[in-house]
Amino acid sequence: MLDRLSFPQPWLSLILFITWQLLSDGISGGSLVLGFVLAWAIPQITQGFWPERPSFLNVWRMPRYLLRVIRDIVTASFQVAALILSGRRPRPRFVCYPLELEHPLAISILASTISLTPGTVSADVSDDQRTLLIHALDADSDQQVIDTIRERYEQPLLEMFPC
Amino acid sequence: MNPIAEYLVAALLLLGGAFTLVGAIGLARLPDFFTRLHGPTKATTLGVGAIMLSSVLYFSCRGEGIGISEVLITVFLFMTAPVSANLLAKAAMHIGVATMDGTEGNPWEQ
Amino acid sequence: MLTFALYLTIAMVTLAALLNVYRLIKGPDAPDRVLALDTLYINAIALIILLGITLGTRMYLESALLIAVMGFVGTVAMAKYLKRGSVIE
Repeated sequence: MLDRLSFPQPWLSLILFITWQLLSDGISGGSLVLGFVLAWAIPQITQGFWPERPSFLNVWRMPRYLLRVIRDIVTASFQVAALILSGRRPRPRFVCYPLELEHPLAISILASTISLTPGTVSADVSDDQRTLLIHALDADSDQQVIDTIRERYEQPLLEMFPC
Repeated sequence: MNPIAEYLVAALLLLGGAFTLVGAIGLARLPDFFTRLHGPTKATTLGVGAIMLSSVLYFSCRGEGIGISEVLITVFLFMTAPVSANLLAKAAMHIGVATMDGTEGNPWEQ
Repeated sequence: MLTFALYLTIAMVTLAALLNVYRLIKGPDAPDRVLALDTLYINAIALIILLGITLGTRMYLESALLIAVMGFVGTVAMAKYLKRGSVIE
């Protein structure tokens, strides 16, 4: 019973607590208590889905990465908008991207980033988590797509998740 | 409400509307499913984000507090758009949706 | 000025929703229709926010939040149905 009174996922608990305060429209005694209960109960109930404890070490690198991603989202949207409005036929291609990251959370962050940025959508991860299938909307060569992603997004993530 | 904020809100609104429209145009006229996936995931999400931002600005300039709900919705949309795009791409590859002529490389199925 | 921009934006988002409906009807495959529905609910959120600005009230934001959550769950359920043939195994 006593081992149930813990927070197996401290980051998840913190995020849940903060989100509940934001959702409940102003901090009050009730929202604090209920937020605390939720921050305890949800990680306990979903513990089976989180096989390993998180090893998220360099959190302080996160804001810089987020800023870069937001800037790229804006420029990416302008590129895609220009392509759609110009009316020429896109040159789509499927690219197999060899992953250097190993942490599952890092891979999912990378996949989400790819989906939101320049002309690429991540379509699938191979079963052994070594390859990512990417669909590029308008690209000249495989190597160009791979190099851009490797340099702009995977290197910062590798620094964030040291293995 | 001061004029600078008003112009900013109007500009953000128009930008958001334009992006939403471009995303829908892309959805309507791009040639195959995988290229159509690009319009909604990027343009529409950013368009709604810009409209949310203008709403935050508008209500905080009227002195009704900072809109936390808008920020939550925007963050939620930006987190879920890639996930649904990924799931739809997986489903399309499983069904074997036709790709357009001139697509390099192949979708794999495991 | 602001009113004009607001109405123009509402017109653009409505046109976008109509284009989505065109894709929803035309298909040709099931994933296309699901994608059109996904875009349609995002446009609905935008319209609700615009309605809130027009009426000068923030009451509608809660419903926009609900549509965001429910729309995502719906898209995931339909994508999973297309891939596996059932939603809950």
